This record gives sequence, structure tokens and C-alpha cells, in this order.
Amino acid sequence: MKIVVMIKQVPDTTEVKLDPRTGTLIREGVPSIINPEDKNALEEALKLKETVGATVVVISMGPPQAEDALREALAMGADDAILLSDRAFAGADTWATATTLGYALKKIGDFDLVLAGRQAIDGDTAQVGPQLAEFLKVPQVTYVRELAVVDGKVQAKRAVEDGYEDIEAKLPALLTITKEANTPRYPHAGAIITAYRERKVTRWGVQDIGADPEALGLKGSPTQVKRSFSPPPKEPGQIIKGAPAEAAKDLVAILRQKNII
Amino acid sequence: MDFTFPKEYELLRRMIREFAEKEIAPIAEAIDRDEKVPMELIKKAAKLGLMGVPFPQKYGGTGAGEIGYCILMEELNKVCGSTATVIGAHTGIGAMAIYLDGTDEQKQKYLVPLAKGEKIAAFALTEANAGSDAAAIQTRAVRDGDYFVLNGSKIWITNGDIADVISVFAVTDPALGARGGVSAFIVEKGFPGFTVGHKEEKMGIRGSSTAELFFEDCRVPVSNVLGQFGAGFLTALKTLDVGRLSLGAGGLGASQQALKMSMEFAKSRYQFGAPIAAKQAIQWMIADMAIEIEALRSLIYRVAWMMDSGNMGRDFSTLAAMCKTYGSEVACRAADTAVQIHGGMGYMKAYPIERMYRDARITRIFEGTNEVNREVIARNLFRNIGLRLR
Repeated sequence: MKIVVMIKQVPDTTEVKLDPRTGTLIREGVPSIINPEDKNALEEALKLKETVGATVVVISMGPPQAEDALREALAMGADDAILLSDRAFAGADTWATATTLGYALKKIGDFDLVLAGRQAIDGDTAQVGPQLAEFLKVPQVTYVRELAVVDGKVQAKRAVEDGYEDIEAKLPALLTITKEANTPRYPHAGAIITAYRERKVTRWGVQDIGADPEALGLKGSPTQVKRSFSPPPKEPGQIIKGAPAEAAKDLVAILRQKNII
Repeated sequence: MDFTFPKEYELLRRMIREFAEKEIAPIAEAIDRDEKVPMELIKKAAKLGLMGVPFPQKYGGTGAGEIGYCILMEELNKVCGSTATVIGAHTGIGAMAIYLDGTDEQKQKYLVPLAKGEKIAAFALTEANAGSDAAAIQTRAVRDGDYFVLNGSKIWITNGDIADVISVFAVTDPALGARGGVSAFIVEKGFPGFTVGHKEEKMGIRGSSTAELFFEDCRVPVSNVLGQFGAGFLTALKTLDVGRLSLGAGGLGASQQALKMSMEFAKSRYQFGAPIAAKQAIQWMIADMAIEIEALRSLIYRVAWMMDSGNMGRDFSTLAAMCKTYGSEVACRAADTAVQIHGGMGYMKAYPIERMYRDARITRIFEGTNEVNREVIARNLFRNIGLRLR
């Protein structure tokens, strides 16, 4: 079985601070990490590798430094790593990103399972996984917190608002994994050293995946970010002083005045 | 010149930090109170390759060299001095002696399982009458056919009661003294005549065991002589040099944690209507800690780099002694300052500062008191201008 895991390198938002004047993220000096739920997806793949046997390939689209995320995935136990990096990929929205990843997966060809994190902590869209499944025309199961591969099919427990759905899908299929699925392993110290000194990360550009450059990057993106801003800070609340009975009366009066009650 | 860490070290540090914060920090107080580093924790560390960080992968190690090992000691000492001591005594001196002077067979037999963390190592030099004066050891080893028979005792041996493999130093020719008359032996805990005695109760690093070892007609195969026969004292000194570097790295970790906690406290503790960080008295304490930490960091990683790149030279022993001396003193000053900044809170057991203060104190004493280390430094410096001091 061949499992391909989509990973994205993101800034560690637990360490990101906002510039109070401009309201934008201060990215300088912020460490880059594998998007947390992509790590959960990788962990599921590695568990399958150990239990039923599989080759695990990790793919990331990003700038050259995204190679670090792939090397970390190699250190955790992935077999192969592919970095999709090309100027033509830059400025992609979720649609163009899914298209790029889709061409890469078509080039790989013989995959049985595609796993991705539910969503990335920098964009929070949760769109790339489903869009990629549509592109590949394979069944998709989102919000998966448990999965098993039995008799050439994948069985998944999918979290929905008021409970769970047990879903079975034919392979190849694409699943997006939530953080409840597992606790990702630590990479072995020796594997970290080897991942950097001995392992290889394959790099594919637009030529390698045979894609139409017009469908990729900024050009291939139907949506574009016009402006980023932080919502204005919440105004301080009002404290109503006085004896409880009096204060309650005042509160009711204020709420009436604001047409809340 | 390049002062940046290669990326593998950045990831290694991140992994170790995450492991230390998630797996060790929550139980650090219990480790101190119960005077025990749980074997479960050691097994977890072993599974991640953290019991053999400096050793090459062909000997079961991680292959991260001395730089990687200093990173490990730095990160562990941020959260738990006891765990750092157990892993440090195992790796940095116990197994290190075998790595530095063992034969290839000895390395295959002993270093591989030690580096994988399947077995635990200790280093046994100190005796009741041979502390700073390590050359005064009295444990005797006498040849008897294919064996050496060891008689004597060692004290204050870290990991003494949990070690499977111990690097032991004994006199093989009293007439020759330390230079030529001492040999090193690899002793397994199961060898007949080897027993573990009393376990000490200590001020700090309480989770690490400190035990007495007894050798009563303990028979050690001739094949377990470690290094050149009669050159055991050199093996000990060489091993301690490397150990001293990593102790300095430990001091770096401990002092960084003291600074970090002090800054967080100074920011959130309000007195006289402002955070105490607004007081110049506090600012100067913080600045002094930070200056020393930066100087220490540069020293430690330069010396670690020298070792990994094979540029050790004759000054290595001097520099290693500086790492140990300065690292331990920066750590003790930082811990003391942290208690002062935290005030009453720093004195209470409910807060980790109190434990860090106790844990720091030993570092000025073990692996050569700072006084002995200063003697090493001064003697080496004078030797460089042609004056031999004894």
C-alpha cells in the first residue's frame, strides 16, 4: 500500500505575536513547524505502515525552506519526501494549491490512500483536502478521528456536530485527519541526524508535474486576499455598582434601553 | 566564521525540548521528592535515542556528537537536574570512557547496549580518601590468570545502584603511582564479588542515585581492561575532560531557565503599583544573568565544536575545565538571583525555583571541585610558558 501525506509548513502560532500598531503577524524569529493536524495525518500513515505495511510518501508545496518540514517527516519515519517548489506555484489560494498537489499525485499515480490534516493553523480553511479529492475524483472522508484499512477499503470514524459517522470508502481515497486521532510520535534523535545528513528530498517544479502554469499560483487562484486586518479590540465592559437589588434594576434598565430585553 | 547551528541540531533541540517539557517537567517535583528518576522515563528517553547522543550510529548511538550532547544536557537541565544527572553520568562519563578508550570488541559488547539505553552505565573513580586527589585511590587489582581480582570500595558513584556496566579505576602497580600504576576495568554488575552499598541522601539532584560500591575478590576478565594497561588514570582524565564540557552545558540550561522564570515573575509581580521589572535593582540582576549566559553559551558551543571537528589540541583540557567551572558558577549565581527575585515564592517548595537552587549547588563540587578545575587551568597555562607545576 502506498500512502501519500500532504504536509504544510506553518509558523508556530503559539509563538506568533501581533504587532500592536499594524495588527499584522510578526513572523521574524518565529519557528516554522509542520502544521499540527498534518502531523496527526502523518502519524496515522506511520501507524498503518507498522500494522499493515505501507510506503509513506510526504509531499509539501512551499518555498525552499519547507524542506525542513519534509526532513522532520522523514525523521518521524516517512520513506520518501517530495517538495513542490517553483515560482509558478507562488501566491496560490486553496484551489490552485489543490490543483498543484493534484498534478503531483497524478504523477505519483499508484497511491492507495491520501491523508491530510483537517486544516492548517495559519489559514484555517480546511479546503485543500476536499478540493484535492475532487481534483483526483476519489472518495473523500473529512474530520476523521479513527481509521482502519480492511480488505482494500478504508473504514473511518468521522466527527460531525452531534456525533460520529462510520464511513467505508473504496481505495484510493482521501481522508482529512483531526487532532483527536492520535498523539504524533517524537522523531528519533538518530533519525533526525540521518534525515539531514543522508536522506534525500526530491524537488519537483512546474515542468516535473506537467501542469498548465495558468492553472497554478496566483494566476490559477479564483480568490485573492484583498486586505488582512485584526478586528478592533473589544471595548471594556461596564460595571454596575451598588446593592444587588439596585444594581439588578439598573441592569434591566440598560438592557431595555438597548432593546435587548 | 559561522555561529549558527546546522538544521539537524535545531530539530534535535526542538524534539528534546518538547520531550523535556511534556514528559519530564510534569514529574520533576516528584522525582526530587521520591528520590527516584522512574525507569519508565529512562526507557522513553532510550526509545528516542537520548541515551547515546554523542556516540556514532555504528555503536548504537545517535551520531549527534558533542554538540548534540551539549544540547541534550542544556535542555534536560532546564527542567530536571536529577534526570540530567542520571543520563549525564551514564552517557558523559560511564559510557564515554568505553567510547574513548575501549577496543572495538569492547565497544560492540558494552557501548552498543549502553548507547541504545538498554543498559545503564556508571563511572567509578572516587573513594573515601581519593576525591580531589584522585590519584590517591586504593582499590587494588591483582592479576590471577585470565582475571584481575579487585578489592576495595568506591563512594558517591552516580547511578551506582542502577548501573549494569561500570568503568572502574584500580591500582595495578602501587610503585608506579597514578602515572602507570592505575588501570581501568569494565565491570558488570553481575560479576562475583561486586556489591552495592549505602545510597546517599542529598541536598539536590535527589532523583539521581549516589551509591557506595564494594569489590571483594571481584573477578574481572583480562579482556575487560579498558584502554592501555597502566594508563587508567589518563583514561579517567580524558573522560572527565569531556564530561566537564557537558556539565558546563548543563549549567547553561539551568541558568537560562532561572533567567526565563525570573523575567516572567518580574513582569507579572506587581509591587508599588508597577511590575517589579520596573525596578532598576531587578533590571540589573536580569542583565547580569543574561550577560553571563551569553558568554557561557559561546564558550560551551565553541569547545563542543572543537571536539566534533577534531580540533581539540592541547588546550582542550584547559577549556573543558573552564566550561565546568564557569558553567557551574553561572548556574549557581543565576539560581541564587532567581530565588532573590522571586522573594518568598522562591523559597517555597511549591515553586520549582527552590529545587533548582538545590540542584545547582552540586555542580561546583562534582567532577572535580571548581578549585581543582582552576588548578588544572592555571597549571596548563603555566605549562604553556615552560613552568611545570605539581
